[in-house]
Amino acid sequence: MSAKAKRLSPAVLALPAPENRFAMRKHQAHLSDEALVALVARGDEGALGELYDRVSRVAYGLALRILRDERHAEDAVQEAFLQVWRNAASFRAERAKASTWILTLVHRRAVDLVRREERRAVEPLTEDMELTQTTEGTEEAAWLRFERERVQSALKQLPDTQREALELAYYGGFSQSELAERLGVPLGTIKSRMFAGLARLREILDDSAQEGSWKPEFTS
Amino acid sequence: MEAGIHELTAGYALDALDSDERSAYEAHLAHCDHCQQELASFWTTTEALAVAASGPEPSLALRERIIADIRAEPLQNVVPFEPRRRRVAPVLGAVAAVAAVVALAVGLWGSNLSSELDETRAALARQQAAAQVLVDPAAQSVALQQGTGRLVVDADGQAVLVLDGLDPAPEGKTYEMWIVAGGDLSTASRAGLFPGRDGTEIVGLEATVTAGDVVAVTVEDAGGVDAPTTPPIVASNPV
Repeated sequence: MSAKAKRLSPAVLALPAPENRFAMRKHQAHLSDEALVALVARGDEGALGELYDRVSRVAYGLALRILRDERHAEDAVQEAFLQVWRNAASFRAERAKASTWILTLVHRRAVDLVRREERRAVEPLTEDMELTQTTEGTEEAAWLRFERERVQSALKQLPDTQREALELAYYGGFSQSELAERLGVPLGTIKSRMFAGLARLREILDDSAQEGSWKPEFTS
Repeated sequence: MEAGIHELTAGYALDALDSDERSAYEAHLAHCDHCQQELASFWTTTEALAVAASGPEPSLALRERIIADIRAEPLQNVVPFEPRRRRVAPVLGAVAAVAAVVALAVGLWGSNLSSELDETRAALARQQAAAQVLVDPAAQSVALQQGTGRLVVDADGQAVLVLDGLDPAPEGKTYEMWIVAGGDLSTASRAGLFPGRDGTEIVGLEATVTAGDVVAVTVEDAGGVDAPTTPPIVASNPV
């Protein structure tokens, strides 16, 4: 047929191409998070579901840690994913990974809610928050446990005042001025502690990530 | 003041700024490269803090509520059709983009990280390039007259096919993409091969398209051919 010219007229090609959003559950496991966001920007519902499946566990854990209430935590995650749906076209992969972006949306939402609800989690990161039975032993659970231990050990290496500032801000939802008041120190001190603490934590985590490039190997 | 506002990057990454300072910082961030880079780097650290907080899984009902939510949304998030216009100079940092590709190759969530990391990395780099076209607000979506999915074309004529429900090509065969000018398939020019797969395929064309072109896909012998030998199984509307 290569020799024969075939004209692509609408009559020849006018087959139905239904865009049925509900027709099938697509398989998108092979796509990167960033590619999924790009599909979401084009209104792809399946891509949003796949992103949710990848990030929801961490997103919900984070919201629950801040809000200490399952219902509120679910609300925060739900609202954040609605923002993902609405704002996917404004996501820029060169500025952040997609997972990072989604988690910043969840965190922002949870902090907004906790400030409104006046419910605050002030306990330090504890080790009693067990991963649930159903996923015990899966690679995801193993990786989450590994990461949690790595971050906890990094936090322990910080000076107490810096660790306290980071934990109360990130997990407690306290603003810098609230922290200054609560801890009875000048606002400028809080800002410095937070900056020094986060910079030091970044350094420690970078070092430990280089020591153990463990994650890529555990699936093999 | 500059030094002071720079220090707020940490508070911003932790969502710990008070609202007036948040606004001031965002205004500063928009034109401060240094703070943008610092923030991107701090976000990687706060993401580790987020991962460390993971606990029980959310209820299955939450997923259903979210899907119900977005179905109830008007399709306002879909990038609108826009008249062609010249691309504004891209503000992308090429280095940062490469770094992002590497980061996402090793930063995948969950269990889909395979041992074929190099292959995955190359595939992700291609996806990343295609994704740049998909998220370009100036790019237009072109419906398919045959097949399920869409063609997305940016202002420079770079085109990406997003195809659903295409099986992997049969043994010894490949999918071949064509750019068809003037509706005449016999004069189609080659635009690349892809093996096909279960699930959504995102594939960038290796040549640019111009107004009026149709993009088509045929099944050909492995390695590809110089002109289509089978009827198209995918064809777009004219660009």
